[in-house]
Amino acid sequence: MSEPGSSGQPLAARMDRRVAIKWMLAASAGALLVDPLGLSAAAPDAAPGGYGKDPDLLKEHKPGDSWPLTFSEAVRRDAAALCDMVIPADGRSPSASSLGVHDFIDEWVSAPYAAQAKDRKVVLEGLAWVDTQSRKRFGRAYSDATPEQRLSLCGEMAPAAPAGSELENPSRFFRRFRNLTMAGFFSTPDGMKDLGYVGNVPLPRFEGPPADLVAKLGLTGEVTW
Amino acid sequence: MFRGSETKMAFVTPSTAAESYDVIVVGSGAAGGQAAYTLTMEGARVLMIEAGRNYDPRTETPMFQTNSMAPLRGAATPDKPYGYYDATVGGGWEVPGEPYTNASDEESRQFMWYRSRMLGGRTNHWARHALRNGPYDFKPRSRDGLGFDWPISYQDVAPYYDKVEMLIGVYGTNDGLENTPDSPEGCLLPPPKARIGELLARQRGRRIGVPVIPIRRAVLTRPLDHQAIPPKLHPGNPKAQRILAEDMQGRAACFWATSCGRGCAIRANYQSTTVHLPPALATGNLDILVGAMVREVPLDGAGKATGVVYVDKATGSEHRAGARAVVLAASACETVRLMLNSKSSRCPNGLGNSSGLVGKYIMDTVGAGWGGQIPLLEDLPPHNEDGAGGLHVYSPWWLYKEQLAGKLGFARGYHVEFGTGRGMPGANAPYVPDEGGRTRFGPGLKEDARRYYGSQIFFSGRGEMIPNEDSYCEIDPKAVDRWGIPVLRFHWKWSEHETRQAAHMQRTFADWVEAMGGVNRRKPAEDGSKVIEPGGKVIHEVGGTIMGAEASKSVTNSWSQTWDVSNVYVADGGVFASNADKNPTLTIMALAWRAADRILDEMRRGNV
Repeated sequence: MSEPGSSGQPLAARMDRRVAIKWMLAASAGALLVDPLGLSAAAPDAAPGGYGKDPDLLKEHKPGDSWPLTFSEAVRRDAAALCDMVIPADGRSPSASSLGVHDFIDEWVSAPYAAQAKDRKVVLEGLAWVDTQSRKRFGRAYSDATPEQRLSLCGEMAPAAPAGSELENPSRFFRRFRNLTMAGFFSTPDGMKDLGYVGNVPLPRFEGPPADLVAKLGLTGEVTW
Repeated sequence: MFRGSETKMAFVTPSTAAESYDVIVVGSGAAGGQAAYTLTMEGARVLMIEAGRNYDPRTETPMFQTNSMAPLRGAATPDKPYGYYDATVGGGWEVPGEPYTNASDEESRQFMWYRSRMLGGRTNHWARHALRNGPYDFKPRSRDGLGFDWPISYQDVAPYYDKVEMLIGVYGTNDGLENTPDSPEGCLLPPPKARIGELLARQRGRRIGVPVIPIRRAVLTRPLDHQAIPPKLHPGNPKAQRILAEDMQGRAACFWATSCGRGCAIRANYQSTTVHLPPALATGNLDILVGAMVREVPLDGAGKATGVVYVDKATGSEHRAGARAVVLAASACETVRLMLNSKSSRCPNGLGNSSGLVGKYIMDTVGAGWGGQIPLLEDLPPHNEDGAGGLHVYSPWWLYKEQLAGKLGFARGYHVEFGTGRGMPGANAPYVPDEGGRTRFGPGLKEDARRYYGSQIFFSGRGEMIPNEDSYCEIDPKAVDRWGIPVLRFHWKWSEHETRQAAHMQRTFADWVEAMGGVNRRKPAEDGSKVIEPGGKVIHEVGGTIMGAEASKSVTNSWSQTWDVSNVYVADGGVFASNADKNPTLTIMALAWRAADRILDEMRRGNV
């Protein structure tokens, strides 16, 4: 896979040969699983093209490893810009796009599962709306717009929009995109650290919450074991 | 007595399996694992047959993988319904090529069936909640006139609860509460300290009358006592004692990281694959055949089972294995399917089905949930709340007296499981309030996320369902699986006892959120049928081959032995005559151990 922002090539070129071969193999393996005698009652089997029911859980996974991605390079740049409007860098942690959150969103909307397919429509239409508005109003792609211009579109999408209004879909899109950006960001090692998640390390003992915190909340009497 | 052999046995194929065994055990989960353990440790030669693949938690468990290493940040998908890192292999609500059907198109009348296809079955991913049934739970009809009494009492099962707790390792405390049995000295491990949100829930629960105590979970909070326990579990059997003592030393205590649902590479929690099977294999008396789907239990002219007929899933070819006794431990519904598909001139309606009750009285656990955000838990200093990889506390049912007095409008109780805290972030966005419906974004969003992280609480009620005539499974007249084996068709209906209970759960939880200083953004449901989980969703399905005192009113006797075929036993949750709010797994294991003891006795007496 190319690194974020490094190439203007179309999607197919971004899927390397190894991944493409894996996809072909997966597709043919899937074909073998189809009941040749038609004996099974229309079994709502695992989604075709998914990672299946027995993936290698130890292997580190990257967007694009399990199914092809969707975003063109232009859309990907817009998504990255929008991710950073949602989660910019601050003194404690970097911005969402610098952690590749837009590629996670691409993976999400490209997934062959029903829940993600629903988001796919919302997100792709939303990004298209953002692009159209940006070109119409600012004469350039969203990713090339100034910070003020980017902010103005977000400010338009952020409020809840009444059903049937022009901004209903952009508003729904923005909420969904914001949540995906948050999920993608805070689940990275940098994001977890920012949030204050300090687990996932082996400990010799589990001590429970700090005593001064317990005292501060008036819960010292509850510590009976 | 047994064809015992000192040669190591292990994983076999259809061509390397022996022609005949003392016992064939169908299934490798809590029931199959326990039955095989007990039988092999006492010298019987056992063939265990598992429909799924071999699975080794020691090498396959993703112990420290973060969600950013997983597709979709570990989100639940139809392929992995409990998230990418959940231990379930080959299963979920749908198993490719192995369908089931529902008789009704109406959603509320449908049953969801969770299966896995792996050695160890669903024990690899379960929550490790290990609650004992209490005395009331074995005699519910005597208490309120509904459902069925078991033909056994708490006193009959208690010694087996003791043994299972010592074998698998369970943390918890003795609190002396009604119908919530204490364990004898030496059975339990110390409970982990409560998390901050659990302490707050405990304090505020008291204000609304709900007790909070340490839950019981099958997780080692310290190493098992490998000197004291083996002689208690296997008196007079030095070989078993030695094997168990050695194996117990190979299980590490919890290192307070990673969720138990992933399985456990250091064997700190119970799963059949890390606790039952290693010592059973070490006896040299256990053969395991994986990837084999048992389709039938054939009978001889005298009406005794001769073994099983199975399909080798890799080739599709059919094979036979012989045994003096057969233990069905395939999970409640899969065992029903196998029995109903085992038709013969002697058993035209299926094996063990002279009562016509095989498949009847399927029960699940009643479930309803509620969430809240607790301002007191905002902005807490970062600290590690991973703990034992699951719950540390819970609330046992507390309204027995009110219920018996008829004040509640539903007949059976529930316990409360709740989660709080600073868990590992994944595919769900951290909570932030979007005041006025305006989507928060930009620099303030990170600050909000930090502030609200860990300030939420989620309650799950887990309640007793009373068996009813409308909840059962049968063989679908048309549909078959990939190998042409007829599949199950389900019928389902909650009664008002369950739906009212679900509504009561939500009212309790809403009160609790307020008692903790939180604000409920919506009202609890008046109509519990709107919020009760679908049948099967809690994955506590039991019944279908219920035990009883009379052959005409039950499928097995009090020893889990089928009334009709004396050398066929049901070790899984199928024999449950009621489904207490307590999670069924510990009781399944206790009854499987008891059934295995019975088989050993019968073999010694020459009756099998």
